[in-house]
Amino acid sequence: MKKFKSIIYLMALIILPMLAQAQQLDGEFIKPRNGKFLLQNATVVTVTKGNIQNGSVLIVNGKIEAVGTSIPAGDAEVIDCTGQFIYPGLFDGGGRLGLVEVNSVPETQDFAEIGNVTPNMQALVAINPNSEAIPVTRVSGVTTTLANPSGGIFPGTAALINLNGYTPDQMYAGFKGIILNFPTSARRSTYDRRSEEDVKKDAERAQKNLNDIWGRAVKYQAMKAANAELDYYPEMDQLAKAVTGELPLLVEVNAASDIEVAIKWIKDNGVKAILTGVAEGWRVADKIAASGLPVITGPMLSIPTRQSDRYDAAYTNPGIMAKAGVKVVIRSNDAENTRNLPFNAGFAAAYGMGKEEALKAVTINAAEVFEIADRRGSIEAGKDATLFVSSGDPFETRTQILHVFIDGYRVPMSNRHIKLYQEFLERSPGLEK
Amino acid sequence: MKKLNYIIAAFLVMVWMPSMGQTQKGSVLIKNATVITITQGTLEDTDILVENGIIKKIGKELTANNATTIDAKGKYVMPGIIDAHSHVALDAVNEATAPITSEVQMADVVDPYDIGLYRALAGGVTVSHAMHGSANAIGGQNITLKHRYGTFNPEDLFMKEAPRTIKFALGENPTRVHGRGKNIQPRTRMGVEAVIRNGFNEALQYKKAWETYESASKQKGATPIPPKSDARLQTLVDILDGKIIIHCHSYRADEIYALINTCKDFGITNIVFTHANEGFKVAPELAEYTMGASVFADWWAYKFEVYYSTAYNAAILMENDVLTSINSDSGELIRHLYHEAGKTQRYGQLSDEQALALITINPAKQLGIADKVGSIEEGKQGDLVIFNDHPLSVYAIPQMTFVDGIKYFDINDDQNDMRIRVSANEMVEPIFLKEHAHNCMHGVDFFFTNFGRNLFEHSH
Repeated sequence: MKKFKSIIYLMALIILPMLAQAQQLDGEFIKPRNGKFLLQNATVVTVTKGNIQNGSVLIVNGKIEAVGTSIPAGDAEVIDCTGQFIYPGLFDGGGRLGLVEVNSVPETQDFAEIGNVTPNMQALVAINPNSEAIPVTRVSGVTTTLANPSGGIFPGTAALINLNGYTPDQMYAGFKGIILNFPTSARRSTYDRRSEEDVKKDAERAQKNLNDIWGRAVKYQAMKAANAELDYYPEMDQLAKAVTGELPLLVEVNAASDIEVAIKWIKDNGVKAILTGVAEGWRVADKIAASGLPVITGPMLSIPTRQSDRYDAAYTNPGIMAKAGVKVVIRSNDAENTRNLPFNAGFAAAYGMGKEEALKAVTINAAEVFEIADRRGSIEAGKDATLFVSSGDPFETRTQILHVFIDGYRVPMSNRHIKLYQEFLERSPGLEK
Repeated sequence: MKKLNYIIAAFLVMVWMPSMGQTQKGSVLIKNATVITITQGTLEDTDILVENGIIKKIGKELTANNATTIDAKGKYVMPGIIDAHSHVALDAVNEATAPITSEVQMADVVDPYDIGLYRALAGGVTVSHAMHGSANAIGGQNITLKHRYGTFNPEDLFMKEAPRTIKFALGENPTRVHGRGKNIQPRTRMGVEAVIRNGFNEALQYKKAWETYESASKQKGATPIPPKSDARLQTLVDILDGKIIIHCHSYRADEIYALINTCKDFGITNIVFTHANEGFKVAPELAEYTMGASVFADWWAYKFEVYYSTAYNAAILMENDVLTSINSDSGELIRHLYHEAGKTQRYGQLSDEQALALITINPAKQLGIADKVGSIEEGKQGDLVIFNDHPLSVYAIPQMTFVDGIKYFDINDDQNDMRIRVSANEMVEPIFLKEHAHNCMHGVDFFFTNFGRNLFEHSH
């Protein structure tokens, strides 16, 4: 028996090194990396405090430690950015990134739950930190996105995430809002063939339904505040947070007449709200401005809502609202192509918004609307080190994004799209084997 | 006397008739522009003279007799943009009733009132390839349109010089519609290959039957019975005879490779793969055996067969000498193809010349119209766009668009409401928060019942 054991040991001695040999793998995986970094000699586009020529940004422990022209490197890793630009990480004001992997495969759709009133559905719970679309997105300089559930009248609670981290909590960027799909008198799509009368009736019914639900939430909150003993009612428990203003309502509304109704409804009910969508905001821009409500709008790259509209109505919409005095945030309303957010901002800029205002709409305005402007939205000492380095204007397609930092982590400038490029640019074997 | 009137009337009709087939042609002189010719470099401070719809002269200090003169100093002129895959101005897209419907013609369903035509013009697009959808392995015959918006006659939109083309489709769409939807072949990529191969073989038999009949008819006193006429098979015969260019909806490398092999077996070389998201994986084969690929700039992950895509597709294809274009397949995207082309500079750093070729001369070659359009050259048709900035800049805004020397879009003359037909019984104009009309799977939406997917997916 002892002999047998020693044979086993002997075999193990021979086989184990062989196994180790077999596990020899090619290539090296580049992981996101935390540390001290000094980005040197760039044009720093701070957004809030102008541009700094030959500027440097020191990143320590996830924060921007210093911004200026002559910052000593110390023990920081120096990255030369001569001729390059540093921008704060861009915000996408709403979409489905992280909630869906392949849009036509139901098994990968985690954005729409069954039920009409499901505000307790938490987007953050369903965020897939390992979605292929996340590294595809962040190399564009879009670092922070709002994940929106969709479906019924109160489809769930949206969550703002940063595009780096291995758990939803590591990604959470500090903002949540309850989505309200405001009742609409518009057609849902070109396939919506209801008669005008039916559209109107449905809208009235939906409006009454909303008021009933809201009334119930108000009652629930009043009872809760009075320490009443309440049955388990998770939907109302979540909606009550909107009643108290603990969470804002993200009110999705697009047709001009609906926007007016929504503004009145928000005012009448004393709700803290952000308008989203707002495709026809340009028709009622002054009324939105007067309401003081901020707006998350987009995509610009969409067709006008009416055939009679000027062809560029969707391009000019954010600029018209901004000029009227509305605080505008831009969204792609996309998932896998959230990387097009900067191009949407570029179109907004070209069609009346101007470059400076469009840049604000994807940085500081978003940070303010999401109530995290104390640590995000601009390049200032003390804020989170979520920023990127580019060869030029990030709204231009010819610009290359060179480095991206999220919460001080230098994220790899790679993803499946880039790896496929590396593999297939010069395929081997080519035509003949 | 009455008789004479009739004769005169008949004579007038005869004179008038041929002119009915003539579309309007214009003359224009564009001065002092930066002219991006595509094929012959970029010319600074240059004039272009279009006479009677044709580019007469490119040079300096040109003068015109009757043409309107436009000062384009500081502006850029490029050839009218060509979209090799569109469904704009079509009343119907899919005849999803059989795996092979090659007898169907998109020319029968052209809608000249579609506001999408004007919106495309406002994005500098002058030619689009109005295609059948992707429900069938072999779909209908497409029609190449020139965007002569304003006419009530569909035929005025036809680019009559363009050769015939036909839609094929591989992968998920035909297998879902027929295999899973109707429980008939094809349900798999094996089935799609077989359906196409069987179609070609039947077409060969059909062709032979007619040849046999025709040679028999030549015998003296012979009275052979002709084979039954079949437009479906005759179209396939025309493909085999090289008279029709195939534009094949495809995504995965394996299905593209399979159809390349089928085409090789039947001696077919006139084939363009459209979408071809995984075209980059078979770039050497596409370069060697086909008329290339017409792709999206960056679309992916909207369905499983495009999950392993890359936005670098166009750049990889171009660098592998595949004839490559970028198309829209969308009433939205068609409005900014210049921007889509620009994305190849983000993803693959293509040169300005390469990027702009993707939406001009390359799609023209794939549609068989490169001798007429697709570049600014003397003798070509006067399809031109004026931009206020370099067209690959995100800040570029098209200013004017010309088709055959006629101005169909002018940003300063835009009347906001540019519809040419308004429904009289429509009291309130509908507001559409999402448009679904112009894409590949239009008309087969009853196959899509997934919860929630109607909100913002692409169904291509």
